[in-house]
Amino acid sequence: MKISIQINEGPYQHQASDTAYQFAKAAIAKGHEIFRVFFYHDGVDNASRFTVPPQDDRHIVNNWADLGIKNADGNEVELVVCVAAALRRGMLDASEAGKNGIDSNNIHPAFRISGLGQLIEAGIQSDRLVVFGD
Amino acid sequence: MLHTINKSSFERNSLQSCLNTIDDTSVILLIEDGVICAANNANSSMLAELATQGRVFALQGDIDARGISSKVADNIKLVDYAGFVDLVVEHGTTVSWV
Repeated sequence: MKISIQINEGPYQHQASDTAYQFAKAAIAKGHEIFRVFFYHDGVDNASRFTVPPQDDRHIVNNWADLGIKNADGNEVELVVCVAAALRRGMLDASEAGKNGIDSNNIHPAFRISGLGQLIEAGIQSDRLVVFGD
Repeated sequence: MLHTINKSSFERNSLQSCLNTIDDTSVILLIEDGVICAANNANSSMLAELATQGRVFALQGDIDARGISSKVADNIKLVDYAGFVDLVVEHGTTVSWV
């Protein structure tokens, strides 16, 4: 079954991203496809490549990134960051940084910035859409 | 439908709002701080009634993390993340009460 996930909260402060990640891993282990993970509102902070948690703590950003690069079938899980939510919070990829005259970028390469249409499309294309928020 | 509750009923009204609208075929899954609703002393009679019908689930890992495994009310079924996935697959639309 095709399942998509929406995450509305950032890492470490709320449990939403952790729960969503464990859910995604369990779904893949059961042979389901995670069609897309859409990071919305404060959820965009899950995509910062500058995240450096203590060594004995889970690395939420890298966990998601690893899921994006390899899943059970060798398919990528699409990790999509809402552009409007990201720009408001100072989350930029190289392209958005260039457009806005900012000298750096901080989106992890496993994620990509796109629009809200990607969330709607995920809802249409997937059999299930599960929201994790706070 | 699957309804997920992720907040304690001491903190938010989401469990009560869900119970007020739930239909006869839907099930409830308690996750994150929502598992506190599964503890005996926090149990509402409506939730207990649904539990006797086998329609209330709680995420085992979140129960254990909060140290309330000995307080879980009768008839509430414990599931792991794989069980969470099965509930999503079986029950069509998922409503996340936040």
